[in-house]
Amino acid sequence: MDLQTSNPNSLKSRFATRFLRALNQINARKPISSSSSPGEIFQRYRRIKVAADMSMAYSVRSRRTWSRATLWRLRTRSRRRRLASLGRRSSVKTRTTTAASHLAAVVVEKTSHGKENKEDDGGGVGVEAEELRELVPGGESMDLCNLLDETAHYIKCLTTQVQVMRTIANLYSLE
Amino acid sequence: MSGRRSRSKQSTVSRITDDQIADLVSKLQQLIPELRRRRFDKVSSSKVLQETCNYIRSLHREVEDLSDRLSQLLASTDSDSDQAAIIRSLLM
Repeated sequence: MDLQTSNPNSLKSRFATRFLRALNQINARKPISSSSSPGEIFQRYRRIKVAADMSMAYSVRSRRTWSRATLWRLRTRSRRRRLASLGRRSSVKTRTTTAASHLAAVVVEKTSHGKENKEDDGGGVGVEAEELRELVPGGESMDLCNLLDETAHYIKCLTTQVQVMRTIANLYSLE
Repeated sequence: MSGRRSRSKQSTVSRITDDQIADLVSKLQQLIPELRRRRFDKVSSSKVLQETCNYIRSLHREVEDLSDRLSQLLASTDSDSDQAAIIRSLLM
């Protein structure tokens, strides 16, 4: 994997630009002082991690099942939080339970269909594939071929994400 | 009758995709640092998938550690827009 890229449309560039923008927004919102509670510090860590995952999923857009699943998961979570913070807790509960049960039904339907094909796996990789399904976003509803294909792309993007984050952290710590 | 039909359909499907799966598994093997060196050894598919899971977990952990590091570093920097521009130009 080449580390140097002068292509502004490369995945690395797209991710870096988005992530840096998000970092600026996070820092501008509430700078940490010495009097920050551990809760605030944890909140900032959460925001940065979500920004990193979101930036990568956005850079891939909807071209991949895993990126679609990540975007859906992060969007739904932020929507639920926003609604909850507005105080409409009772309506949120009914909405999320309906949505969650619907999604569960869809996932169950898809995985039970997928199980018919699982017995034809070459090399008996059923157990390990199950583990992999939990790690790759959206993996529960993929057949084995798609799962392996998506996993390869997911790993490439994760390594790019880690590379860029490490570069940024090193540059920031050169102060 | 329909059971027999679906069974033969399944075996045809498995004959076609067995090679595909082996091909995809070997592609994955190239991406995992642990297994890349053992390119010419026979690594079983389940071992590749196992190492893939471990690798993904370690990447997740690295993202978390780097997020933590960044959250502490951000606190100590001012003029972020200048630095962001510099960092962006260095990365592109």
